[in-house]
Amino acid sequence: MRNRRQFLQAASGFGGLALADLMAAEANPLAPKPPHFPATARSVIFLFMPGGPSQIDLLDPKPELRKWHGKPLPSPATKDLKLAFIKPNANAVASPCTFSRHGQSGAEFSDLLPNLAGQADNLCVVRSLHTDAFNHDPGELMLMTGSMQFGRPSMGAWVSYGLGSESRDLPGFVVLSSGTGPSAGSNDWSNGFLPSAYQGTPFRGSGDPILYLSNPEGFTAPMQRARLDVLRRLNEKHRRDSGDAEIDARIASYELAFRMQMAAPELLDLAKEPKAVLDRYGVGREPTHQYGLHCLLARRMVERGVRFILVSHGSWDDHNDIDKNLRKNCEITDQPAAALIADLKQRGLLDSTLVIWGGEFGRTPMTQQQRPDIGYGRDHHPNAYSMWLAGGGMRAGATVGRTDDLGLEAVEDPIHIHDLQATLLHTLGFDHTKLTYFHSGRNFRLTDVEGKVVSKLLKKGAA
Amino acid sequence: MKVSLLLLWVLPAAAAIDFTRDVEPILAARCHSCHGARTQMKNLRLDSREDALRVLSPGKSAESLLVRMVSGAEEKRIMPPVGARLTAEEVERLRRWIDEGAVWPKSAAAGAAKAGHWSLQPVSRPAPPNTRNRIWARNEVDRFILARLEREGWEPSPEAAKTTLIRRVSLDLTGLPPAPREVAEFLGDNRADAYERLVDRLLESPHYGERWARQWLDLARYADSDGYEKDYVRPHAWRWRHWVIGALNADMPFDRFTIEQIAGDLLPEATVDQRIATGFHRNTLTNREGGVNNEQFRVEQVMDRAATVGTVWLGLTFGCAQCHDHKYDPIAQKDFYRLFAFFNPAGELDIDAPLDGEMGPYLAALPEYRRNREALLAEYGVAKYQPAWEARMKEAREFPGKWTDWDHALDALTKYLDNALRILDTPPAKRTQKQTDAMTDHFVQNYHRVIGKDEWKQLKFTELRKKLRELRGGFPALSEAPVLVEEAPRRSHVLVRGDWKKPGAAVEPVVPGFLHPGPADAAPSRLTLARWLVSPENPLTARVTVNRVWQELFGRGLVRTSDDFGAQGEKPSHPELLDWLAARFLDTDWKRKALIRLIVTSAAYRQSSNARAEIDARDPGNALLSHQSRLRLPAELIRDSALHVSELLYPAIGGRSVRPPLPKGVMDLAYGTDVGWNEDMGRERYRRGLYIHFQRTVPYPQLMNFDAPDAAVAACRRERSNTPLQALNLLNDPVFVESAQGLAARLLRETPGRDAASRAVHLFQLCLSREPGRREAEFLTDSYRQQAALFEKNTAAAAFFPLEIPGVARTDAAAWTAVASAILNLDEFITRE
Repeated sequence: MRNRRQFLQAASGFGGLALADLMAAEANPLAPKPPHFPATARSVIFLFMPGGPSQIDLLDPKPELRKWHGKPLPSPATKDLKLAFIKPNANAVASPCTFSRHGQSGAEFSDLLPNLAGQADNLCVVRSLHTDAFNHDPGELMLMTGSMQFGRPSMGAWVSYGLGSESRDLPGFVVLSSGTGPSAGSNDWSNGFLPSAYQGTPFRGSGDPILYLSNPEGFTAPMQRARLDVLRRLNEKHRRDSGDAEIDARIASYELAFRMQMAAPELLDLAKEPKAVLDRYGVGREPTHQYGLHCLLARRMVERGVRFILVSHGSWDDHNDIDKNLRKNCEITDQPAAALIADLKQRGLLDSTLVIWGGEFGRTPMTQQQRPDIGYGRDHHPNAYSMWLAGGGMRAGATVGRTDDLGLEAVEDPIHIHDLQATLLHTLGFDHTKLTYFHSGRNFRLTDVEGKVVSKLLKKGAA
Repeated sequence: MKVSLLLLWVLPAAAAIDFTRDVEPILAARCHSCHGARTQMKNLRLDSREDALRVLSPGKSAESLLVRMVSGAEEKRIMPPVGARLTAEEVERLRRWIDEGAVWPKSAAAGAAKAGHWSLQPVSRPAPPNTRNRIWARNEVDRFILARLEREGWEPSPEAAKTTLIRRVSLDLTGLPPAPREVAEFLGDNRADAYERLVDRLLESPHYGERWARQWLDLARYADSDGYEKDYVRPHAWRWRHWVIGALNADMPFDRFTIEQIAGDLLPEATVDQRIATGFHRNTLTNREGGVNNEQFRVEQVMDRAATVGTVWLGLTFGCAQCHDHKYDPIAQKDFYRLFAFFNPAGELDIDAPLDGEMGPYLAALPEYRRNREALLAEYGVAKYQPAWEARMKEAREFPGKWTDWDHALDALTKYLDNALRILDTPPAKRTQKQTDAMTDHFVQNYHRVIGKDEWKQLKFTELRKKLRELRGGFPALSEAPVLVEEAPRRSHVLVRGDWKKPGAAVEPVVPGFLHPGPADAAPSRLTLARWLVSPENPLTARVTVNRVWQELFGRGLVRTSDDFGAQGEKPSHPELLDWLAARFLDTDWKRKALIRLIVTSAAYRQSSNARAEIDARDPGNALLSHQSRLRLPAELIRDSALHVSELLYPAIGGRSVRPPLPKGVMDLAYGTDVGWNEDMGRERYRRGLYIHFQRTVPYPQLMNFDAPDAAVAACRRERSNTPLQALNLLNDPVFVESAQGLAARLLRETPGRDAASRAVHLFQLCLSREPGRREAEFLTDSYRQQAALFEKNTAAAAFFPLEIPGVARTDAAAWTAVASAILNLDEFITRE
């Protein structure tokens, strides 16, 4: 609470706002608020890949592994390794994928990502991420909330808390999920100890796009308006009798709900999208339809002022049969994700929209499977893995960070998850150490007590 | 809310700054964590005058580095570097203090502030103060409240209307709005003690236990599933909840309530009920994700138990001392691990905990069940494969890394089957029936992990599994309860930075050093810890507990930060009252009903909740209680109220968790594929909200929309938010649509042949326990006519109101359903006035 008042005060000079104004802003927790300093990103699309995509097969080629293929890696390199399932002496597996350079930047992409490769000059590939967790649930919590402990607010909730919502008739933080849901479930979009106004709203694949959005069966729009009208009259009467300003906020919530009933169908109505756009996203065609639809909706949400969109597709947890499964996931996601970048750029939205692609950790250079009747797979790898970022003030066409020749550790520009979070908040105009919330005896923040902004990821002038 | 305190703090310009009152709290809250007893960044301590003089010049605030840095005058060197900046008012206070000579009394020596923190002092027994107004106070509580109001020159508010009072106290004590008959009786009761009689009746209602159990479940982070990725259902978790409801209804004294939940199993000749009580500690999350280290998560569970005791009983943020000494409170890291050591030897077990009436059918069906089970296992040849499988499991344990598949299978065994290794090590002949069955069930379910697909198909174990499940489904098994048991002693250590892999100095179970000592003559155990917590010398337990009761009845505690009685928490608004209540609680044998009765019969509680613009501007959080507060109902009570007024509620007390209808697709967000939602079909689906199955990764949407906690850590108070998703939830969720239909049906049944105006009156009485004003009645009848006209034009009335009521036109019923739905959405309906 204290911080919101501070923003308001900072915006108007010390004490410039009357108490009544402060109280009014308090009544609408989603009122837009200015960040600490000018932002380079206005909204965020997080293409979340739970399970942990294999960086070795997608973004970080390791030709050296061919020498060790089918054999344990040299023990000095692996002796301190702590993995979820396999032991460090497991056999190495070289990637069967072919890598090549793309665009003017010459960034390397695997042949599983032909469409994203076409966007090479718009992307900033990071190869040196590392995290603290080697299991899914804690890993997701780390990535999404900055802590492996339960109960912390998610990234999207922090952003909503800090900036409020630009949309008058849609939620400020939306979740779209396809495939297997993420391990940590709703913790990935939880408000934690922040007020629940900041939680993510899942858009659903079947039935109402937002839970309980549709009127009951047999109840028409005029009936709904009549229901809301009497509700409003009675609430206003009680507001006068009791003098409680909270009732004003209740009335406003019902009006916003009504607007959402109108706006959500409009958002989902793709009739006005040209066929070429639908084709580009792979909508109306398998295997890309569902994910393409989510990417397209993410763009439409950005256009309508939604602040943070979490687009989850899983699972990439390929302990077995990675050859088959990874190809399948790439066939589903590669084209829509690339279309999203191109589309945002064409519409002039990429500059103000930060797009992130990645999972909670990567995968090992070694296999975990010994059984002949099951295809090989890779274990969880938290020490060094890759993501890509685009737009919103990120350096385009760059590849940042380097892992060792075997892909075991990040050896150049290691970037911890907290650093990624600090950088994300930076693009939105926040000093990550100052976006805090007082709870249970102390100030909390997304980056816990760590994190530094990685200026190498930022384009010139944005650092 | 911070603003409220600051506003109260504004000092008359003439008053001199007092170091202890005005300055030290700022330094303690904002500076000491880096410049204090434990850490001295830049070698600077701001808890000693000598040191502080390095950064300030008495009489010259403008030249003092301290002021320059906290006010932002020093470019790029703003203190504190993290967290919010000091407010202008705080900076001004520092400035004035320095300009007035920076007086630093000797008594405020380094460290004294901590040991002298108010909540750690013994509970005093202050006499209720005298007040100028001699009429208003109904009991001692009121004299404290009134005296404080009189200091501001404020009058208390008048008593609320009787209709408001009965609705308020019914919701607060039972969680259900009063029936019109109860309201009529109360309004007609002119005896002087009519209200007290009402209170006594409500306290004896079995719904009292349900209403107040919810607060305790929040604190215990109760849920019906494990949490984490797998999030397995905990089929027996409810048994502890059942115990809590019973204990509250029986008004079990809080000291016994405490002892049984922390160490019921260690009481001499512990009863099944006393063992069930320890289920409090089985509400920790469990991580069964493949590949996680079992010891790591066992340690995390023990840490969670220690931190939870710190929060729930002591009101201190003990969890902060997991990695380092507490930055603000005198909790050393060692203190945390000493508390941890009490819980470290405890193991987990599920015991038979039959409810009344279960034993007979169970014993009658047992022989046949066993016969059928054995026959099935023999038919599919389980005995042929299981011993070899167990032997290989043991080998895998001995030689990790040798056979990856078996490593994996062993990991699954230890994850899915509690105490698996202990069972594996017990020779089959010596296993209990329960252990034998559990091991065999796991084997049948998981053998495929280690054999080839073809062989697995031949065995037809999938079919066997299904048959075993069917057999079990028809068997009247006993209810079970998750409990704690004391296992062999385990050595405990301080864990460096909270890392389970880095044990530091060994520690023994010892109570925190900054509080009263534990019993000298008893061996340290959970039982001695429990007794220490409720010892009359403990300054925290009683204060923390009465504060939570107060919070429930006024919307905020006397200490607003009910989760933190430490230096970072807020000070009590009425410190003497808090102590008086705590002392009274002890004197009345920790009886909660007596405490609640005392508070709800006070004049302070009975005040009107109407806002008072002038006073609220100066006390926006209503800390001084110049009126009652309007409180939006908790999630569960919103559901309960709607089901109650529509007569859909199935009011059985206690028992298993239930699964009301859930919109399709909600469970799709769950990761664990085992999470099914087998909707209850009968009246069970209309049970109160507190019985709704709580699946941690996919909680029931209505609960979360209305701020129910996520059951991850102890939740001391709930938010009362206000969002559009709540509006959609109440407007369109089938539960509330059904309630509107039920309410309309009831209305029409109870007002046969009457006109719209009198129906509007009755609707108000049913839902809001009062008659509508003239305008309100007009709004309702207008709306009814409007809706009726719309339904006339539309053929959909039958869909919106699918019931047939003899003598009532379908459009009429549908129109009243629409009006009823609006009433169920009223701010007043979901608010305790």
